[in-house]
Amino acid sequence: MNGELLPAAVFFGSIFTGNILLSNYLGMCSFLSVSKEIKTSTGLGAAVIFVMAVTSLLNWIVYHYLLIPLGLEYLRFIVFIVVIAAFVQLVEMIIERVSEGLYAALGIFLPLITVNCAILGVSLFMVIRDYSLVNSFFFGLGSGIGWFLAIIAMAGIRKKISGAKIPKGLEGPGITLIIAGMMALAFMGFSGMINIT
Amino acid sequence: MFSISALLISIGAITALTVVLAIILVVADAFIADYGECKVTVNGKKELTIKGGRTLLSSLMEEEIFIPSACGGRGSCGLCKVKVDSGAGQYLPTELPWISPEEKAENVRLSCQVKVKQDMSIRIPEELFSVKQYKTKVDSIRDLTHDIKEVRFRLPDSQTIDYKAGQFVQILTPEYKLSDEQVFRAYSMSSVPSEKNIIELEIRLVPEGICTTWVHQYLKEGDEVTINGPYGDFFLRDTDRDIICIAGGSGNAPIKSILLDMAEKGNNRKVSYFYGAQAIKDLVLPDEMAAISERLPNYRYIPVLSNPDPDDEWDGETGWVTDAVARHMDGGDNVEAYLCGSPGMIDACIKVLTEQGVPEELIFYDKFA
Repeated sequence: MNGELLPAAVFFGSIFTGNILLSNYLGMCSFLSVSKEIKTSTGLGAAVIFVMAVTSLLNWIVYHYLLIPLGLEYLRFIVFIVVIAAFVQLVEMIIERVSEGLYAALGIFLPLITVNCAILGVSLFMVIRDYSLVNSFFFGLGSGIGWFLAIIAMAGIRKKISGAKIPKGLEGPGITLIIAGMMALAFMGFSGMINIT
Repeated sequence: MFSISALLISIGAITALTVVLAIILVVADAFIADYGECKVTVNGKKELTIKGGRTLLSSLMEEEIFIPSACGGRGSCGLCKVKVDSGAGQYLPTELPWISPEEKAENVRLSCQVKVKQDMSIRIPEELFSVKQYKTKVDSIRDLTHDIKEVRFRLPDSQTIDYKAGQFVQILTPEYKLSDEQVFRAYSMSSVPSEKNIIELEIRLVPEGICTTWVHQYLKEGDEVTINGPYGDFFLRDTDRDIICIAGGSGNAPIKSILLDMAEKGNNRKVSYFYGAQAIKDLVLPDEMAAISERLPNYRYIPVLSNPDPDDEWDGETGWVTDAVARHMDGGDNVEAYLCGSPGMIDACIKVLTEQGVPEELIFYDKFA
């Protein structure tokens, strides 16, 4: 239904109005566990951007040229996961081989995001919303950047509150989830600006 | 609605896709991740040929060199440090939380994170070469005090352990109620090194302690336990200085081993052993420790109680163990000290000893973290 959506709209929409993390709450586990430091968050966020952008492309191709012709759309969950896992594995191997610096900064996080549900989520949304190839790519890229921004913001906030007195029962994931909720409320302010669904 | 052919197509498609991806990965693994045979030079003399691609920790373990590690290689304990002079590449974010700036200057790395990808040159403490892993059987368990148990482990018939009195081993705690993963914990040996097929430990129950609870509440005679060792640089230095030993709690273990070893070897250096406890019920093997004097001519055992029970009828030293040490010492020259116990006790003892004139480099200690 959205054949005429502009790639730029999809791109900005997926960063702000439809932020995959804050509006769909996907990719929470690594978001909660790795957002303690800005530096590691940056590495993980960059890895997510890269993998989301490329796997949305790959999965679009697999879906439209393999699954639809064979009438196997219902298998997309399994197929997408397998494609993502294989791709991530391959990229990690290559990075480790060719660039030590890149491996130290980014490669080490790749295995963490193989099973990140935000990555699978992007591929599934792209199918549900019937995006074109170009839009899918920008949707993956934008969603990755949105996730990146959210985790960096969270890491900054957690650094700020690291010295704060928090009620014992709320330490760790508890307070992080509350903060994520408040960030989601703030991001709701963007909704209505661009509709990409 | 669901015909056989549609089913076959879906099975075929999934299989084909998976197989293609698997082949790509296998080929990539064979070409991209193949680092060939790598030469690892240990301490500049021993050369190992290792198939590249795996972590340094597990590669070394395969070569029967055991680096102490409590978490099993997940980068969460920070113990498996090794100096790598060449071939390790740059530091990974997973290592940095464990490495201090001084260690960084010395090329200290976490061996569970560093992968063997090229020829390497590493340095490890010499004594790690004698570290082995044993499948032991629990020989006996007995209560020494209300919260300290002595456990004796018997080695398999074909194996022996060579160690210096005072060193420690690591015991593997399996998964059980309190812990959903295997962990290694370190304990000093209280046995005599000449008894080469026995490892004896004194283990104090720590509330909520993963390994101590397991030992105290689950371990039975005849159980099989994995132990590796020996580790550590807490052992008697070969000099002719007078010796002061100070211990508290299960810190008795390495001191007992050192004293028994001295007795066996006919060492007649002057030894004073101060043991700090609350009341008589907390003393570890008081009669045995006192009786060592029959075999060790210049030995004095001085238990110090900080809070004896009214019915203890205690006529020995009272107060803090540090005060008793200060009372009994006449000058700190020609003295070396061996301390084993809680960090608080050790820090207090170091303070008193240095005040008495014992140089800090002659104070050796084993801190229970």
